[in-house]
Amino acid sequence: MNLLQKFLLELQEITLLITSAFVGLFKSPHYIKETIKQMDLIGVGSLPIVILTGFFTGGVLILQTFPLLVFYGAQSESGRAVATSLIRELGPVLTALMVSGRIGSAISAELGSMVVSQQIDAMRALGTDPYRKLVAPRIVALIFMLPFLTVAADVFGLIGGGIVASTLFNQDYNVFLASVRNGITVEDIIGGIIKPLFFGLIIGSIACFKGLNTTGGTVGVGRSTTSAVVLSSIVVIIFDFFLSRALQSILDVRPI
Amino acid sequence: MLSTQTEEPILENEIVEEELEPTDLEDAVDNIERVVPAIEFREVYLSFDDATILNGISFTVRRGETKVILGRSGGGKSTTIRLILGLLKPDSGQILIDGEDITHYSENEMMEVRKKVGMVFQEGALFDSLSVYDNVAYRLHEQGVSDQEVENEVRRMLRFVDLEDAIDKMPDELSGGMRRRVGIARALVGDPQIVLFDEPTAGLDPPTARTICELAIKLRDLEDVSSIFVTHELKNVEYLSNEYAVVDENGDVNFEQEGEKLCLINTEIVMLKEGKVIFTGKDDEFYASKNEYIQTFVRGK
Repeated sequence: MNLLQKFLLELQEITLLITSAFVGLFKSPHYIKETIKQMDLIGVGSLPIVILTGFFTGGVLILQTFPLLVFYGAQSESGRAVATSLIRELGPVLTALMVSGRIGSAISAELGSMVVSQQIDAMRALGTDPYRKLVAPRIVALIFMLPFLTVAADVFGLIGGGIVASTLFNQDYNVFLASVRNGITVEDIIGGIIKPLFFGLIIGSIACFKGLNTTGGTVGVGRSTTSAVVLSSIVVIIFDFFLSRALQSILDVRPI
Repeated sequence: MLSTQTEEPILENEIVEEELEPTDLEDAVDNIERVVPAIEFREVYLSFDDATILNGISFTVRRGETKVILGRSGGGKSTTIRLILGLLKPDSGQILIDGEDITHYSENEMMEVRKKVGMVFQEGALFDSLSVYDNVAYRLHEQGVSDQEVENEVRRMLRFVDLEDAIDKMPDELSGGMRRRVGIARALVGDPQIVLFDEPTAGLDPPTARTICELAIKLRDLEDVSSIFVTHELKNVEYLSNEYAVVDENGDVNFEQEGEKLCLINTEIVMLKEGKVIFTGKDDEFYASKNEYIQTFVRGK
């Protein structure tokens, strides 16, 4: 009961945080400069790790599935295997996990130390709403940039898969590309871009919430950073299941 | 007969506070502004979980007055000034600023009130990511003031705290005392009529602590600012209640001891103990008090 109560309370507070951040978006002053700065930090800054993650995930997918496909005599469909799993699932989820590790921790550590050193109080005392100045730009930047990062991960994943297929398994590049093209549908791509929108919201709101609710000095900053990354990663993975199910019925995606 | 005499002035006071229309105010601006206290606490209670922090606190800060809030650590001193800014809300009681009851104001409504109040935080609470210039200019940047005006105002404020040289530095390049002074400069932008100091001298060497007190005295005597000075150091009390600032013919600010000339230093002490006000009055009354807690506080044992 106590745990349930705590969960509901946190859920309520996160919902309030999201609403006050988004209501603030429509009032002046608008923190456009701040938002663009965050987009640069989150989007451009995360590009290298997201590209590396995508590239090697695509590569390892081929590495593991190619022998299996050979067993079924379906090695010409290797591109389809990588494309479907990457674009539908692994691209969005892995990107979200990487970003929650890199950005979620940074956000909650930054906001947490601002709380501890009374900078948030100072901000409020100087007449600025921290939800609008700090929370909204970060959440907006995450929601906006995560789909782009996901696309980058997808593309580099396919490149990685292609390189592994051609170098290690001597598959012709054109065969791989053709099966990728056959494998992907418009619905897959739409679904793969809708997902990161939600993941961005999850990571941003959880990281900001944990950061702003830091208590207990510098130790508390560490604690809230850890719980921000853990919680947002778990929520991303759980939410992904339900989102996939919902998208399947909404977009009418065919199983294979 | 005696009882009616004592009651009457109180009644008048209440009528003055509550029934004056803006039009009446125009005629009596000077008077009214002096009569309505800058800050007023009425029976304020606050507790976190099981701990009672404030147990029915009442006091007023008049116009141009400095109230020194004394008390041991954890006695609710800092909490008191956080309540004034609406960073916390009391469980019950009323808090008035310029006669305006802010107790139940929303965060949005508080934003207007906060424009009138400057706050100096314990460690300065400067924004790490911004330079000294941007820290001091923060409030003006938020209000969209033009660059030239911002620069003039920032330089004026940094001159006031004698730190114009540090204008381009980052907060982590400053010493503790400099950080506090930048914090003061930031709080004073926009010329707030109320300034709150939260242990501004804690952890500073005596000469630096003295400069901070001088700034508070200058604000009180030369700028007519009402302030609350939270501290636990008696040295600060001594400075604030025995010295006053005057400007000589060269335009320099001098500090003179009470008693050399006739003057009334506008500083009172409020002593807190376990969330209650146990003393309000001038410094000589404070030192002469027979209260055991106060005596222990003064003597340290």
